[in-house]
Amino acid sequence: MTERPADPWSAFRRFTQARIALGRSGDGLPTPHVLDFQLAHAQARDAVLGRMDVAVLRAQLKDTDLADHPIVTVTSRAENRSAFLQRPDLGRQLSESDGDTLRAAHTSKPPDVVFVIGDGLSALAIESYAIEVFSDAMKQMPDLSVGPLVMAQQARVALGDEIAVALNAQAVIILIGERPGLSAADSLGAYLTYRPRIGSQNADRNCISNIRNGGLYPREAAARINYLLRAAIKQGQSGFRLKDLSENELLTSEDP
Amino acid sequence: MSFHADIGGTRYVFSDLRDLLAKASPNRSGDRLAGLAAESDEERVAARFALADLPLTHFLNETLVPYEADEVTRLITDTHDGQAFAPIGTLTVGAFRDWLLSDAADQDALKAVAAGITPEMAAAVSKLMRNQDLIAVAKKCRVVTRFRNTMGLEGRLAVRLQPNHPTDDEKGIVASILDGLMYGCGDAVIGINPATDSPAQTAKLLHILAEIIERHHIPTQSCVLAHVTTTLDVIKQGAPVDLVFQSIAGTEAANESFGVSLSLLKEAQRAAVDLKRGTVGKNVMYFETGQGSALSADAHYGCDQQTIEARAYGVARAFDPLLTNTVVGFIGPEYLYDGKEILRAGLEDHFCGKLLGVPMGCDVCYTNHADADQDDMDTLLTALGVAGCNFVMGVPGADDIMLNYQSTSFHDALYLRSVLGLKPAPEFETWLAQMNILDAKGRVRPQLADGSGAAALVAPDAVR
Repeated sequence: MTERPADPWSAFRRFTQARIALGRSGDGLPTPHVLDFQLAHAQARDAVLGRMDVAVLRAQLKDTDLADHPIVTVTSRAENRSAFLQRPDLGRQLSESDGDTLRAAHTSKPPDVVFVIGDGLSALAIESYAIEVFSDAMKQMPDLSVGPLVMAQQARVALGDEIAVALNAQAVIILIGERPGLSAADSLGAYLTYRPRIGSQNADRNCISNIRNGGLYPREAAARINYLLRAAIKQGQSGFRLKDLSENELLTSEDP
Repeated sequence: MSFHADIGGTRYVFSDLRDLLAKASPNRSGDRLAGLAAESDEERVAARFALADLPLTHFLNETLVPYEADEVTRLITDTHDGQAFAPIGTLTVGAFRDWLLSDAADQDALKAVAAGITPEMAAAVSKLMRNQDLIAVAKKCRVVTRFRNTMGLEGRLAVRLQPNHPTDDEKGIVASILDGLMYGCGDAVIGINPATDSPAQTAKLLHILAEIIERHHIPTQSCVLAHVTTTLDVIKQGAPVDLVFQSIAGTEAANESFGVSLSLLKEAQRAAVDLKRGTVGKNVMYFETGQGSALSADAHYGCDQQTIEARAYGVARAFDPLLTNTVVGFIGPEYLYDGKEILRAGLEDHFCGKLLGVPMGCDVCYTNHADADQDDMDTLLTALGVAGCNFVMGVPGADDIMLNYQSTSFHDALYLRSVLGLKPAPEFETWLAQMNILDAKGRVRPQLADGSGAAALVAPDAVR
């Protein structure tokens, strides 16, 4: 199975990551390529269906300078993965008891920002990069008050709005697993919303996507987050109205 | 007006036509998300009993989306052809299904009646049809269209060559195009989804495509799938536009969310026809649709997603498109949850479009958060081939590296043509033979001996 049949124009492969010049078995795909595809799809499916392990994230946080940073764990109203995938509306709402927990955690002084880590469509992305992005971003925000780190299961992007409202935070940054593709199952997205409210729209958010080794590196992503947050605080707004941004930070894609 | 059906001792009541159609619709996640689906399997079948007894004329008297509020309803109502409708005018929805399956409904009869069928009638009858019915009737409908070749003839299957690249890199795109041509694909269109929707980028990509088509004298058409307003811009700048692309949906409000209206589409169609770039015909529009888009724009007026999708074909047929493509599994599991729902939706869309006289193709596809895989796509692809689908997608290795979803591959197209004995569009088939890409038996077996067209196509310096 080491043999990789190819077409005579396989030299063109250097021009694109697309699956070209794969060769043929009759009219079909040669065996190694069939299995390559199945492997990539299996990894993507495992990432979608995988459960975000909060214990792993806690352990990762212990190894940073933020070992004492308070953590709150919550879940959305989607009871399981199947409900999460079919009912995006449930993934945008906090379960009732968690809303109360958060309101109890809110402090007298409203935090400037709260970070949320949400599984979204790839728990793998969260376990790979979320703590690294959070701790790198925190290093750049010594002057800001940051609320507890909220770890949210079965979370869509808009769940961060309700969390921020419950904590009375001025801004929310949610780090969330993006929909896995065949080439990468571990892409992380970061969404910033300033003065979030229940019902905030995509146009109110700024997005940094494709955060992973091989895409936008976590350290660079943390710097972008810091830059965007400070721009949002200064201008008193986020989303497409935020000025002086390069195109890719405006939210054009659908949220996971 | 309400409807009802009695099953055993239970009376099921349906509040209006929208409710009846939604409850009769095969179960799918999008209708559950919208809160429109039947509460039980028995209620679903009860709705079908009630629907089967409904006269087709009822659809001419009760609108699903208000006439005053919606230009798509006005289009459907105002262009309904009463004369074409006459042969089926006395039928109920159930009897309409029986007639469609009968020998009397042959190719000519179906063509003659198409202008008398409203999208809502097509959607309604589809809800009473099994998958095999959707295949059997669609196979009898032929919709032939032309630009630089002839699409939709019996025994033919065309392929859109989709050479997308995440950064619109010219060499990457050209490499994928040459790969696809060597697999006998590209007769429906060579169509790029641009990573950046701007006039400058669109014009640049159009020139790349035109150069390849002209240099190799390929009897096909190009398209950059930018927004219709972008395409209108570049037409004014003199860019080589063959086809105008646009995503469309089945209500005015959903189309508004796409930034389009019927008048804008008409303006674009006229502008592209005026360029006179077609050699054998003037079908210049390329539409894409998909169940769930109206709901996702909150513009579905309480209608089930399949009925609204059929209305999108009512929009399409007003503009004589070359190609109309239902991108069936792209939208995600909140609308079509798994392989079974995607299969059903693909066959419904193809059937409804063809019945209305729309040149239907299908992007047989899925995303990684849907419960579907290559086996599901093989099943839908094969079923659509049997049903006489005009065209499918050809993406290198079925993996679109720009849009991040899985479609069908060049290999899949070869498989389908091979097992069903289907050939490319005739003009394109002749070209493939001249290029030594086809062998004497018409199979794709490129001969790369020195001096052959195929060898020149993939010469080492071909990607520049």
